[in-house]
Amino acid sequence: MLSISQELVDKIVAHARADHPDEACGVIAGRDGVPERFIPMENAERSPTFYRFDSMEQFKVWREMDERDEEPVVIYHSHTATEAYPSRTDVSYASEPGAHYVLVSTRDENEVEFRSYRILEGAITEEEVRFLP
Amino acid sequence: MAIEVRIPTILRNYTDGAKAVNAEGATLEELISNLESAHPGIKDRLVDQGALRRFVNVYLNDEDVRFLGGLGTPVSDGDTVTVLPAVAGG
Repeated sequence: MLSISQELVDKIVAHARADHPDEACGVIAGRDGVPERFIPMENAERSPTFYRFDSMEQFKVWREMDERDEEPVVIYHSHTATEAYPSRTDVSYASEPGAHYVLVSTRDENEVEFRSYRILEGAITEEEVRFLP
Repeated sequence: MAIEVRIPTILRNYTDGAKAVNAEGATLEELISNLESAHPGIKDRLVDQGALRRFVNVYLNDEDVRFLGGLGTPVSDGDTVTVLPAVAGG
């Protein structure tokens, strides 16, 4: 289960809306599995169907997390024309076994889908999301 | 002295859980071969058909080796090599 504050959820959704129709992506860093620090990342692909963190930005952010004793608790990205479910590409590149993979869909202008998954060794497991005030 | 190689979580099963290991070599390619002899299987996760895998980022100190010289990048004692799987998807 992912427990996440409504404030962080709103930030992820706002980022996804702002970058639509391109996919948006980023990280929520934290400790002991608690998502705390919102880090929007640049989608180096600037694409409506693909995302990739910029390699230098990722290096800086990962080093910073290391220094602060944090981990990537949430890795999020948006789907802009399809449902908030991991694609085959999402599964093949999933490389943080400890992370909650959050998917947001912005295909509907008025409604947002916000879902979370574990992706381990090619297997997708959806998990409950608890929104904290 | 040796070269410190920082290992990402997903590859630590090759290093008995170690976050960083030491290796030797004059180029990144030699370093990876040296790494492979101590941690069999790891090379295949980094290199494919003679080039770095597309979705694996390797940094020499603070630079992405793609902008330096790929596998031919010279390395020397005291350097730090960091491996990070690219965060990507569709």
